[in-house]
Amino acid sequence: MALPAFDYVKAASLEEASRLAKEKGDKAILMAGGTDVILLIHGKVVPADTVIDIKGIPGMDEIKYVPGEGMHIGALVKLFDIQNSDIVKEKMPALSDGARSVASPQIRRKGTMIGNICNASPSADTASILVAMNAVVKVYNVDGEKEIPIDEFFKGVKKTALQPGDVVTEVFVPELQKNEGSAYFKHSVRKAMDLAIIGVGAKIKMDGNKIADARVCMGGVGTTPLRAKNAEAILIGKELTEDLLEEAGTAASQECSPISDVRASAEYRTDMVRVYTKRAVRKAVETMA
Amino acid sequence: MGKRIINFKLNGVDRDEYVMDNMTMVDFLRKQMHLTGTKRGCEEGECGACTILVDGRAVTSCMMLAVEADGHEIVTIEGLKKDGVLHPLQREFIDKWALQCGFCTPGMIMSAVSLLNENPHPTEEEIREGISGNLCRCTGYVKIVEAIDSAAKIMAKEVAK
Repeated sequence: MALPAFDYVKAASLEEASRLAKEKGDKAILMAGGTDVILLIHGKVVPADTVIDIKGIPGMDEIKYVPGEGMHIGALVKLFDIQNSDIVKEKMPALSDGARSVASPQIRRKGTMIGNICNASPSADTASILVAMNAVVKVYNVDGEKEIPIDEFFKGVKKTALQPGDVVTEVFVPELQKNEGSAYFKHSVRKAMDLAIIGVGAKIKMDGNKIADARVCMGGVGTTPLRAKNAEAILIGKELTEDLLEEAGTAASQECSPISDVRASAEYRTDMVRVYTKRAVRKAVETMA
Repeated sequence: MGKRIINFKLNGVDRDEYVMDNMTMVDFLRKQMHLTGTKRGCEEGECGACTILVDGRAVTSCMMLAVEADGHEIVTIEGLKKDGVLHPLQREFIDKWALQCGFCTPGMIMSAVSLLNENPHPTEEEIREGISGNLCRCTGYVKIVEAIDSAAKIMAKEVAK
């Protein structure tokens, strides 16, 4: 394919990437794996005349687990390596499931999780589970570093809270406590290379028989990944029963506003939110650490 | 518009090549290196026909810029044959009739090479997941899965020798 013309810059440092991105504004686009960036340029979705490759910046290609704290996932870590990481599978299997749900093996070997969330597709597979797990997005900017709670990160279709010059360096996922579990389910027509019809991520904290805290996030049913706050409120403080799951699933299905498209009708999506909210909450409890 | 010289290894040979910044890897391989075994299909990372190995791992070369090859080792379908002998996967694709039109075959084989690098003894399910990013519209996949399974066993025997 003939891509529109652009200049490629391989940044050697965060400072260089941030400074150039800031100077160029929306004429520049940051690239890690590039599997979304090349599509965006090809489709002329972004007017970029400069592609800033961040793969040469040191220190961002690791998954670091700190006991008692959580998982630090660098901006250059590929989805495939999150999917297959022993420590991720052991400590946060739902995150491995989310990574595995994206696209195809070839895309996951090149694409990154941070790229997946920065692209801000409403159905991004890793977005819903990261919202459910209350992740924090760490950002470098020449003007200063900042941390953005994932609840404040997604602003719309392909829109995030990131400003020109912001370079995401890592995502931090808090550790699951002994009484906490999480799960991610994707519902799609095909197993691979297909966007989710819907996806649901959940993180549940138990106190004995009762649910002490709940975070449920739905993907593919609004302009951003969407917290099912009514469903969460229904779950909190109650004992986990089939009736409660049904009530929470129904509440979740009523607080989303999906569209109809080639993958599924709005009605079908709404009902699948009900079904998959139940499954995700149930599995989160079952897989408690 | 930017252009630069990249240094990389292509099918075992060190190369310095002049590339345009906006050239995709698949176009670079086909148009500039005249390696037309790598097929250009959907051009949006969906079909897997353009799959190549970068540092031993299968990626779609339409979702890669040629400049990204700088400093890396690239293997295409043309690079699999050793001393005139086909790679076991190539041999088994022929012997098991795992192709009809053949357009998906190079990409399919490159995905299978990567899979067997990572997992030398895959189950049928793992084989199917390994080629889940490669579309074939002719075979129905059954023969392809058989060919990969058979090649895995042959390669395991060779390693054991």
